[in-house]
Amino acid sequence: MTDPAASAHAASADAASAHAASADAAVAAKPAPPSLRPQAPLTDGEWHRLHPATPLLRGGIFVVAILGFVITNLRERLVEFFFGEPHFEGDPLDEIVRRGAVGWALLIIAAVLIIILLAFYVSWRMHTFRVGADAVEVRSGILFRSHRKARLDRIQGVNLMRPFIPRLFGAARLEVSVGGQDGSVQLAYLRGDLADDLRRDILRLASGIRQAAATDAAAPPDESASGPAGAHDAAHPRSAAGFGDLASARMHEFMAPELDPDAAPPESVVRIPVGRLIGSIVLSGFTVFLLAAVVALIIGVVNGGSGWLLFAILPGIIGSVGYYWSRITKSLRYSISSTSDGVRVGFGLLSTSSETLPPGRIHAIGVSQPLLWRPFGWWQVQINKAGQSVMQGAGGAASTLMLPVGTVTDVERVLELLLPGFSTPEQRHLVQQGMAGAGSDADARSAVADGSPLTDGGPVGLGDGRGDGFTNAPRRARFLRPFSWRRTGYAVSGGVALLRHGVISRDLILVPLARLQSVGIDQGAIKRRLGLASARLHTVMGPVTAQLSVLDSDEAKRMFARISADAAAFAATDTSHRWNQPTVLSAPAAPIPTAGPTPATGPTPTAGPTPATGPTPTAGPTPMTGMAE
Amino acid sequence: MPNPPFDAAQYDEVPFDSEPAPEPTRLPEPTLSEQPVSGQPLSEPRPPRLDLDGEWQRVSPRYVVVEIVGTIIFGLVVCIGAALLWLLADQTWALWVGAAMLLITVLNLIFEPRRVRSIGYQLRADDLLFRRGILFQRFVAVPYGRMQLVDITRGPVARWLGLADLKFVTAAATTAVSIPGLREADAENLRDRLVELAESRRAGL
Repeated sequence: MTDPAASAHAASADAASAHAASADAAVAAKPAPPSLRPQAPLTDGEWHRLHPATPLLRGGIFVVAILGFVITNLRERLVEFFFGEPHFEGDPLDEIVRRGAVGWALLIIAAVLIIILLAFYVSWRMHTFRVGADAVEVRSGILFRSHRKARLDRIQGVNLMRPFIPRLFGAARLEVSVGGQDGSVQLAYLRGDLADDLRRDILRLASGIRQAAATDAAAPPDESASGPAGAHDAAHPRSAAGFGDLASARMHEFMAPELDPDAAPPESVVRIPVGRLIGSIVLSGFTVFLLAAVVALIIGVVNGGSGWLLFAILPGIIGSVGYYWSRITKSLRYSISSTSDGVRVGFGLLSTSSETLPPGRIHAIGVSQPLLWRPFGWWQVQINKAGQSVMQGAGGAASTLMLPVGTVTDVERVLELLLPGFSTPEQRHLVQQGMAGAGSDADARSAVADGSPLTDGGPVGLGDGRGDGFTNAPRRARFLRPFSWRRTGYAVSGGVALLRHGVISRDLILVPLARLQSVGIDQGAIKRRLGLASARLHTVMGPVTAQLSVLDSDEAKRMFARISADAAAFAATDTSHRWNQPTVLSAPAAPIPTAGPTPATGPTPTAGPTPATGPTPTAGPTPMTGMAE
Repeated sequence: MPNPPFDAAQYDEVPFDSEPAPEPTRLPEPTLSEQPVSGQPLSEPRPPRLDLDGEWQRVSPRYVVVEIVGTIIFGLVVCIGAALLWLLADQTWALWVGAAMLLITVLNLIFEPRRVRSIGYQLRADDLLFRRGILFQRFVAVPYGRMQLVDITRGPVARWLGLADLKFVTAAATTAVSIPGLREADAENLRDRLVELAESRRAGL
């Protein structure tokens, strides 16, 4: 099997006859196997087929709709046929009966049915997938063949979804997403238990256990290791070593919320009481909009006239009930838990979705609190990640939502899961200050910093009596941010940049520097006059925007120098994309390559090598502990 | 195609932010680590504009021509459209639009050379530093390992002048590092150099 696509994510739609021929060969080689052999592991590098009901489930809604349409239209006819006196007049059915062509009609219907069934069968036969040692591949299509291949070390997330109707049939959809737009390989549909196993196996293969001996993690052997024999030989010797992980992963599988909603309560780190969930959705911006619409409607009606307003707004108001209902059912039974292969987030009541995010796939974390949630102390956590789910998990619940609503304690626990190792007391303090801190005045402090630029060694702002931990905007910024300038600031600690802004709706943004794409600072004419600048950390696309709109311009330069140096240093030592692989550079406190040549305008590490294994956050500017999970 | 005779020196009268102007598009040497680490004291009075230390590589002065041609063409199209509206459809407001557009075009033309001089880049040890803008300044640092691809494009005017644009694409759409107006050979050398650097500092997504 020679695949022309050796790249990370190669979707060669309409592959030419080579693929078709090989597919035929595969079909011929396996004369008539039962649909899925339950005993054989799906990761043996062979081509497998999906759930036999797949075409029905994929096109199921459509077929049911057509059937419903036909039946509805024939209902009267049937009733009359059986109970009443039929009086046929000017109807296709009447014509058929009158001309005695019933036999022909039945024949045509039967032919159509057979063709549909045959098409379903062929499309099921041609839809195969293969999980090799380092890639997941799917081939599908009858006339237009497509072949999609995702490399396992580029996996950004594995999403196991059970939409409502397939769930009734015990089927599930497994989506392996890689980076990029529309970058995902969908295995729809699989049997539920097989899907669970397959997810575990894919994550195990991706975690790098198999390639523990390989020294070059960034470039795994790309040649045809996906043959059946190669996969077997490579996968087996290591499975004993990872048995503990497997057992714990299996345990989590059983406890996973999506498995059986009635039997086992989900093992969940964070739960959301139903009352809080409903409250949070009711107290959203949508409700404010809705109330405004209702008020406008009432005023319009009371003032007489303008009946069009009623017709314009009323359907929307009625439709909003459906919006609330779907929001609530989607977020019900939320759970977030930690597995050995990353964070698992589960959602959904009728249609469930459970997504596993391997370590090191999170590019930015946003903790936010709208104004209406403040009296209750509720917060929301969203993330940016590289692989966007195409089919928005569980039919609409954004898979970037890590915590729909939670208290401060919930947020801290979720952050611990998302950023393992980011939990020293100083860092907790930073998070708390970033969420709810009132901020502080930066002018007195910046004078100190200007006088002695080299005092700024540790996490920015910690330990020199400021208490806040954040480097905030100066007082001059009040012309541009009259309310929030005190809270507009940043901090860097343990390879994570924290940005904080907003006082009406509060935001804290955490960016792991190991996955920062670039950093930029801007200054326009007005800001130059005020001695201000703005900074932005560029991450992959998502709901979180890491931006500081006002900042002292000297401080912006310091931040720029520090973050650009740290980003390169942490990216060089980050091994989280092969999270179970024994790290080659196990002493990450080796001299950071950027220490020397960066411009020394800021608090860049000129002090020299940091203490080797110090979990003390104030030891050096780049304590590496914890990020190399 | 031989490059047209072009007096590059006329654009080099004003030094680039009070630094001695280097050879306009000299390709950076592979020895990158000897960037001047200038320990400027921070206690000076607040600088009027953002600036970062280091020796900036600038784009070719000929790039001004590309910008000027683009500005003139755009201005002409809008002005002609406005004039047609005014003359044929008798819309007097179009006259004001045309006049405003003319003013904007003239202002743009005046500032064009300075704007082109403000474009610069540095190849530091671990990241590419990029700057542009005078009224709205922008500085970006991109670690080499974040490179997803490097794009080289040539517009018609730039091709006539022997120039090319180089775009450094990362996984973040907002990075937007595009170095315009490099000489073609320089752009290709820089591309190869960037690919080489990214290869040696490869990181996951």
